[in-house]
Amino acid sequence: MKKTLFDKVWDSHVVKHVEDGPDVLFIDRHLVHEVTSPVAFLGLKNRGIRVLHPERTFATADHNTPTINQHLPVADPLSANQLKALEENAKEYGISHWGLGHKKNGIVHVVGPEYGITQPGATIVCGDSHTSTHGAFGAIAFGIGTSEVEMVLATQCIMQPKPKKMRINVKGSLNFGVTPKDVALYIISKLTTSGATGYFVEYAGDVFENMTMEGRMTVCNLSIEMGARGGMIAPDEKTFDYIKGREFTPTGAAWDKAMAYWETLHTDPDAEFDKELSFDASDIEPMITYGTNPGMGMGISKSIPKAEQVEGGVSTYKKSLGYMSFNEGDDMIGKPIDFVFIGSCTNGRIEDFRAFASIIKGRQKAPNVTAWLVPGSHQVEAAIKEEGLLAIIHEAGFELREPGCSACLAMNDDKVPAGKLAVSTSNRNFEGRQGPGSRTLLASPLVAAAAAVTGKVTDPRELMEKLVASS
Amino acid sequence: MAYDKFEILTSTAVPLPIENVDTDQIIPARFLKATERKGFGDNLFRDWRYNNDNSPKTDFVLNDSTYSGKILVGGRNFGSGSSREHAAWAVYDYGFRCVISSFFADIFKGNCLNIGVLPVQVSADFSNKLFSEIEKDPKTVIEVNLQEQTVTLLATGEKESFDINGYKKDNMLNGFDDIDYLVNVKSDIVEFAKNTPL
Ligand code: SF4
Repeated sequence: MKKTLFDKVWDSHVVKHVEDGPDVLFIDRHLVHEVTSPVAFLGLKNRGIRVLHPERTFATADHNTPTINQHLPVADPLSANQLKALEENAKEYGISHWGLGHKKNGIVHVVGPEYGITQPGATIVCGDSHTSTHGAFGAIAFGIGTSEVEMVLATQCIMQPKPKKMRINVKGSLNFGVTPKDVALYIISKLTTSGATGYFVEYAGDVFENMTMEGRMTVCNLSIEMGARGGMIAPDEKTFDYIKGREFTPTGAAWDKAMAYWETLHTDPDAEFDKELSFDASDIEPMITYGTNPGMGMGISKSIPKAEQVEGGVSTYKKSLGYMSFNEGDDMIGKPIDFVFIGSCTNGRIEDFRAFASIIKGRQKAPNVTAWLVPGSHQVEAAIKEEGLLAIIHEAGFELREPGCSACLAMNDDKVPAGKLAVSTSNRNFEGRQGPGSRTLLASPLVAAAAAVTGKVTDPRELMEKLVASS
Repeated sequence: MAYDKFEILTSTAVPLPIENVDTDQIIPARFLKATERKGFGDNLFRDWRYNNDNSPKTDFVLNDSTYSGKILVGGRNFGSGSSREHAAWAVYDYGFRCVISSFFADIFKGNCLNIGVLPVQVSADFSNKLFSEIEKDPKTVIEVNLQEQTVTLLATGEKESFDINGYKKDNMLNGFDDIDYLVNVKSDIVEFAKNTPL
């Protein structure tokens, strides 16, 4: 039978099918962090069960960690308590733990690929919905709840009905100034935040083939924001080159055996999807969101749609614009902003900092802007220094913070104050996501950089063109 | 953690006719710092429910004594966003045993089923019907019958059936969870693990 990439990976991990119910799915790699795991470990303890495969679980601290002075004790007692619980649980059950201060520490979805834990054809889960990131390698990766974290710890399996399959094709070549983040925000704006609910997505077409691994991670990361459980891209030479030689990547005969499997990982011609969508790359411009969910996005040069033009509930739409203090028909360009956040598992990797640096180079941070530049991991932080980006950052009047989730979900002190407007490279603009009352515009690192130096929403292409012209 | 069995729930309902209610609204991230599953109901819809000085926002439905019950009727695309099970815990801990919506986000729905909250997906028409009946009479009683897979407006007898797979239905009827099942098939899992490619 003709199979899709998704079928191949899923079917080879089904231990058992429960009649009129879910599949028992074997999980190759399990990532845990301090927020969604403590109750799962408690559950194990109460049931008196050990972890079945401690070598398949990896723990890192990220959601709750401070992004300055990480060498000092964590001030918030509740956060400190969660971090301690993770450390103790990892120790008790023999799980590798990259806590605060560890050189491999970083955001769970950034360190997984960096150390070769993320591999093609694997099933990967984590108690965080952006686990979909790892799909960039041709893995089936998705977020789970705490009960499921407990299941994986106890049995290395979870119970899931097989999702439907969707393929999203983007063909052509991307316009100047358009990044993987824009591609994803564009697709979400077309599908809405529920458009892919019930589906697992495969991204296909030249745009994704030509994308770097980091770009693919950004796209797959955002799959959950269109409601999909996850998204994946067939592995290719770029994928194999990326993973080769990393700490947890197989070597020697094990590599050859893995390659034999990995090379089968593509959708067969004529394999069927439950739904197939196609977009044209030339229609995409740098994107920005204007509302309180990631589907409320548009090309940066456009104006906010009128309520009659949007699908769905008018009252919900008006409530959302009311929260943002925006009006139907407003232009986004020129809106003064207060905060800029570069980071998160969506856009906290080295290519994102390169993009940011390319715009701020030779310019100055706008005086009205508070900027948080937060690398996704220590490895990213080290690369920023090695590549000379730190000097550019400092010359332009910015500071670099230490790795963590930071203002992506504002569980630590990095909270945007009520009423303030932030341009963020993260993934959610929900009410209060970046701090109670905060207002978020999601965008690419280029758009964020342009805002950081101009103090307002600015089309990055203008600054990029000027650079090209003056060089 | 096992939960109470779910058979027939007959209750008034609390209406929340807002679309795309996301998990950050159900339970904001700053309340996820516990290491035990306790007290999440107090912070259910925290920022819609309370002002900055912790005084209740009087116009929010949970602060309006006109409405009460063990059923929450939400707008379309309920529970979008994060995988935090804390959102489902907050709903349960507050006292809801059932959420009715015309459309659920996947992970939230799965989390609910795992912890003993029944997500009931109905048609947009029926959902509108529920909202308008509750608006007319806040004491409107709804019956959710899991065995029959029906949701009924008791006053008029209008009903609709809903989907749930047989396995999850059995679990809810008996108060079992997936871990019980998985632990029972552990020998199959151990055998399977020997031959995994990665
Ligand atoms: S950066 Fe944000 S989305 Fe990513 S893992 Fe952290 S909290 Fe989750």
